[in-house]
Amino acid sequence: MPDKLAKRAALATPPKLAHKIRGLSDRAIAWIFIAPTIFLLLAVNIFPLIWTIRLSLTNFRTNRPNNAVEFVGIENYRKILTDADTWTSLQATAHFLIWTIVLQVLIGFTLAYLINKKFRGNDLWTTLIVLPMMLSPAVVGNFWTFLYQPQIGLFNYFISFLTGADPASFSMIGEVALAPWAIVIVDTWMWTPFVMLICLAGLRSIPSSIYEAAECDRASKWRQFWTITLPMALPFLMLAVLFRGIENFKMFDLVVQLTGGGPGSTTQLTSIDLKREAFEKWRTGYASAYAVILFVTVFGLASIYVKALNKVKDR
Amino acid sequence: MSFSITEPSNRQKWIAGVLVIAYALITLMPLAWIIATGFKTPADAIAYPPKVIFEPSLEGYVNLFTSRSRVTPEDLAALPPPETFYDQIVRQYDMVITGPSKYGERFVNSIIIGFGSTFLSVFLGTIAAYAFSRFKVPLKDDLLFFILSTRMMPPIAVAIPIFLMYRQLGLSDTHLGMILLYTAVNLSLSVWLLKGFIDEIPIEYEEAALIDGYTRFQAFYKVVLPQAATGIASTAIFCLIFAWNEYAFAVLLTSGTAQTAPPFIPTIIGAGGKDWPAVAAGATLFLLPIMVFTILLRKHLLRGITFGAVRK
Repeated sequence: MPDKLAKRAALATPPKLAHKIRGLSDRAIAWIFIAPTIFLLLAVNIFPLIWTIRLSLTNFRTNRPNNAVEFVGIENYRKILTDADTWTSLQATAHFLIWTIVLQVLIGFTLAYLINKKFRGNDLWTTLIVLPMMLSPAVVGNFWTFLYQPQIGLFNYFISFLTGADPASFSMIGEVALAPWAIVIVDTWMWTPFVMLICLAGLRSIPSSIYEAAECDRASKWRQFWTITLPMALPFLMLAVLFRGIENFKMFDLVVQLTGGGPGSTTQLTSIDLKREAFEKWRTGYASAYAVILFVTVFGLASIYVKALNKVKDR
Repeated sequence: MSFSITEPSNRQKWIAGVLVIAYALITLMPLAWIIATGFKTPADAIAYPPKVIFEPSLEGYVNLFTSRSRVTPEDLAALPPPETFYDQIVRQYDMVITGPSKYGERFVNSIIIGFGSTFLSVFLGTIAAYAFSRFKVPLKDDLLFFILSTRMMPPIAVAIPIFLMYRQLGLSDTHLGMILLYTAVNLSLSVWLLKGFIDEIPIEYEEAALIDGYTRFQAFYKVVLPQAATGIASTAIFCLIFAWNEYAFAVLLTSGTAQTAPPFIPTIIGAGGKDWPAVAAGATLFLLPIMVFTILLRKHLLRGITFGAVRK
């Protein structure tokens, strides 16, 4: 009898209390487990961010450490926002951002829609389509400059095969009119699979009973698509746009390898411009202010977008 | 199989299949071209029209792994006959091998930094995710949001102070510096993914173990860890792929000792300009492991991508 009682007592004691007697408290373990993560993120993210903000108010230059560092207030910010180069970069970024998103959403959603028809072998083909996004953007971007070579490049050859144009007559990365499209094409090639995967998750989350009900009501396929498929997949689609938007606003590796910002500054996206200011011209204070402006822009745009996204989700 | 009125017709499936396969074939062409170019001679690589059928050559790979210098024909004639196939290839161009190239070192750096940071971010991520999943942590939601928000920060926004900080601490161009940096970048993803996986493990298992006399730590590594193994493995793959592919920090913070392959491969040049077969060979060796990985582990990877994104 006492044996049974002891067991019942053990069961009645909440586990928290039960093991407190035997070792560290849950609270202590929780902190031991979380602290390294928080510490590392503070050291590598938050501390540098605060440092950036501080630097942005000075005229510090990394290549002249002996110069007196002066506090210049918002002078750097004023200079950046009135500099024509900044706006050229922002325009290049906007062009890149808008067209990559439009193309990736159109192609990605179409592919997801087709894959969702569940033809035989669809999972293998899905995997093969996903391959480009798994690879190193810098290494792949570098190789694309070879594909874009006039005459000998595979891309030019492919275009001439389709249109009959002379493959030596145009240079995707050498011409002012074509270079902005060259980076859009490679980014679309690389990241459409991401949009496709998110859309596929969205399409698969729609219960088939809804379509069955629509069939019973004799709704046409066309109508089903516009009133069921698209609205129900929309939150996923918007999410994919959010991720691609943030990533492409930060875009650096792929484009720097493809065009290096050229010709001229036609493909000089903001992060490439920023890298030049910070690590080639060594205008550290100025570049820090630039970084803060970009960060605030991304964060602001993303927050507004997330609000819109949540509205769509709650509908 | 039950009959369903919403099942796509065979004709629809057939059309969908043809379109998807056509897209896949076009999209894979650049990758196939990288692999093919690695086995071409420099002359074949820049031939017009582009050569689809060619005689395979290991020249690209030889050039990738060696550094060479030009010698006069007389000196070349004075040398003993070539002993190996790579000597032979190089001598066709009046050159001799003077030593190994830096590619091997850069590749090893990628492995050390990739695996080191993956181990650390998965280890720290697992214990943090466990704590967030199981314990009452004050300000839990705020901390989780903080961890997530570090992901939104453009790398360049923090690159300047990290560059300065690393110079001061002597972490520039070191393996440790890069491992810590990549760990920090990967941690937010790792904590969020793993918290999702651990949340799905019923808490009753641990409670039973605690009642049986296990300590918290024992319950954690004997009960929770085995259950979370798949989740931990797929998180590890994501961290590894990120660290393997990363370029922006690598190009800014490393130049020699700890330089990884992505900033190195584009700098490979040959005698008369860009040596495309060598670049392609370097890219092939670097990209192929990830391609094989992706195909073998497709179930976990593809689910992980959507899971990670949709959760957030």
